[in-house]
Amino acid sequence: MDDPVILRVENVVKTIGGQRILDDVSLSVKKGRLKVLIGPSGAGKSTLLACINFLSPPDSGTISLDGVPVNGKSKKELLALRQQVGMIFQDFNLFDHLSTLDNVRVALVKVKGLDKRAATNRAMEELARVGLADKAALYPAQLSGGQKQRVSVARALAMDPKVLLLDEPTSALDPELIGEVLTVIRDLADEGMTMVMATHQISFSASLADEFLFMEKGRIVERGTPTTLLARDSGSRTQSFCAKLSELAGDGHCELAPPSGA
Amino acid sequence: MEGFLKAAQASWDALPYILGGLWWTAGLIIGAMLVGFLLGVPLAVAHVYGRPLSRKLVAGYVWLFRGVPILVQLYLFYFGIMAYLSEIPALSFLPLSSGFVSAVIVLGLTSAAYQSQIFRGAMNSLPAGQLKAARALGMSDAVAIRTIVLPQALRLAIPAWSNEYSILLKDSALAFTIGVLEVMARTRAVAATTHQPLPLSLLAGGLFFFLTWAGIKALKRLEATVRIPGYAHQGSL
Amino acid sequence: MDGFFSFALDRIIPALDAGLWTSILLIVPAALLGVFIGVSVGAVRVYGPRPLARFCDGYVSLFRGTPLVVQLYFWYFALPNIQIGDVALVLSPMWASIVGFGLCSGAYQSEYIRGGLLSIKRGQLRAAQALGLTPLQTISSIVMPQAFRRALPGCGNEIIYLVKYSSLASIITVNDLTGMGRSLAKSSFRNTEVFVVVGLYYLALVTVAAFVLRIVEKKLEIPGFESKRD
Repeated sequence: MDDPVILRVENVVKTIGGQRILDDVSLSVKKGRLKVLIGPSGAGKSTLLACINFLSPPDSGTISLDGVPVNGKSKKELLALRQQVGMIFQDFNLFDHLSTLDNVRVALVKVKGLDKRAATNRAMEELARVGLADKAALYPAQLSGGQKQRVSVARALAMDPKVLLLDEPTSALDPELIGEVLTVIRDLADEGMTMVMATHQISFSASLADEFLFMEKGRIVERGTPTTLLARDSGSRTQSFCAKLSELAGDGHCELAPPSGA
Repeated sequence: MEGFLKAAQASWDALPYILGGLWWTAGLIIGAMLVGFLLGVPLAVAHVYGRPLSRKLVAGYVWLFRGVPILVQLYLFYFGIMAYLSEIPALSFLPLSSGFVSAVIVLGLTSAAYQSQIFRGAMNSLPAGQLKAARALGMSDAVAIRTIVLPQALRLAIPAWSNEYSILLKDSALAFTIGVLEVMARTRAVAATTHQPLPLSLLAGGLFFFLTWAGIKALKRLEATVRIPGYAHQGSL
Repeated sequence: MDGFFSFALDRIIPALDAGLWTSILLIVPAALLGVFIGVSVGAVRVYGPRPLARFCDGYVSLFRGTPLVVQLYFWYFALPNIQIGDVALVLSPMWASIVGFGLCSGAYQSEYIRGGLLSIKRGQLRAAQALGLTPLQTISSIVMPQAFRRALPGCGNEIIYLVKYSSLASIITVNDLTGMGRSLAKSSFRNTEVFVVVGLYYLALVTVAAFVLRIVEKKLEIPGFESKRD
């Protein structure tokens, strides 16, 4: 049980336009674990993820990766940090002018300095992993939303990240396309990828996450294992939020999904 | 310093004469706009709703007038075609040897090619349901186009259409080559006699710049007054 | 029309071929200058420091707001009247035309480049950052390839305009296609024939240019970046 801590976020504060989006947020993720951020939109989940890889630098607080605090002032260190932290966006953000293969390859060549052949091999490997090796020559405009998101997972994985940040990876998808992306995420969790994910897919992530963090107004107001927080009589914010979501979606229940493999 | 004063004096003295050219410039623009509009609309209708042959003819017209420089057309009409026609006695009542007439024809025919493309784009952007609904009410195609399609398409076309104004304004400055006494012609004439091309070319440039700016402002006004709810106009480029 | 073809073959075409060559010598450098200015000015207007961007905005509206013929007139006739010390800036007709066309064309080109740059979604930049690409890499491998594709149809049209408006060089005494046509028409008094053939030369030039640009566009075309042109 004594896995090392990969990512540590301490006392992060972020103000945008006079509004405090993140208010003293701390969390730490051990190797191979999945932390899930839950909460209403505007709670600060996306901003927290963007602060972790300094896409939007925190005003104060520290981010440490593998025990080393990140110096936000040094451009070089920032670029190095971002190589080691993968990110999946809600709206995919595939590079529209690059083929599927090139989307995965571009950072391998430009950032990691791999030669073209090695980069191609690596990219094809990752595309195969998300089941899209046969789509390597297609452009983003020719892919479905679910396929785009799987490519973006492959793009992030190709960089060998120490931790993967997922910002509502299924929110922009049509309902029938969500499943294929969730399957990829489940596989990653089973393989021991360290991840922090913001999502509304609560019952899905309950079976994978080792901790739920419920955010509201820039703070983490509840944290605990899915089992505790989702227990019917827990009276937790998480439970009532989840109940509200499933009521809106009309899909019946808000319970723990059966453990995978059962 | 003395040179500067002389230049300023020359420009000041020439100002009324050069401003007098504005009447000709305005006449060229209005005439060409009108010819271009009256010809451009039927061309566009033929391009969008016509038979294959008429589409081909319109495409050929557009290709021709978008491909030949205005300057060459001016020379061709003024020195060639119109000079030839003006020698026919039966046509002697027409002002065929006037440079102004040639310039309006050339600018108008060219503008028609561009305007037809503008209107075509606007018609194509209308939902197909509009024409369907009109036909379902028993309208003939001609009536449907006149009462349903054009009123909508022409409104949609206004931003691109106002762009046509600034293009014509600039092209009208070429009419001096066939003797029309518009702003550029007068500027050149004064510059040649006073030997002050520098202040006078700046003066002409400033005048045209002002006209472009003022015209675009005025057309924005027009856009706002003919706007009807539900028609979002993209700004002209 | 008697003897039109022999007149065309013996007199018009040899004269115009010489003029055609001059026209091409004008158009090609002016187009290159225009694209170079357009890309630099367009980039500065979007990404540059504020004062410089405003300055470039001013340049663009000035050159788009005045007739090209006035600009040419300035470069050729007026510029030599500006004396700095004892040095006057005298441009040959050829150079005045190239400078005039290039500067004017660059102003228009920059509009398309600017539009292309502005059309790039913020997410593209964020994704590049998240992968660890440097700002320079982001611009060269993500921003520019996309912006350039979006701007290409407009830039191509602009080059076609340049081909046509190169005829204005004849006004400042360059013996290009139009200039040669003009002097031949004057000496032969066969205006209609001469200018019809001059028009055909331009039609051919414009058509070939459009064809080449279309091929380039097709070569660069990828799904999601289909060029919309008529």
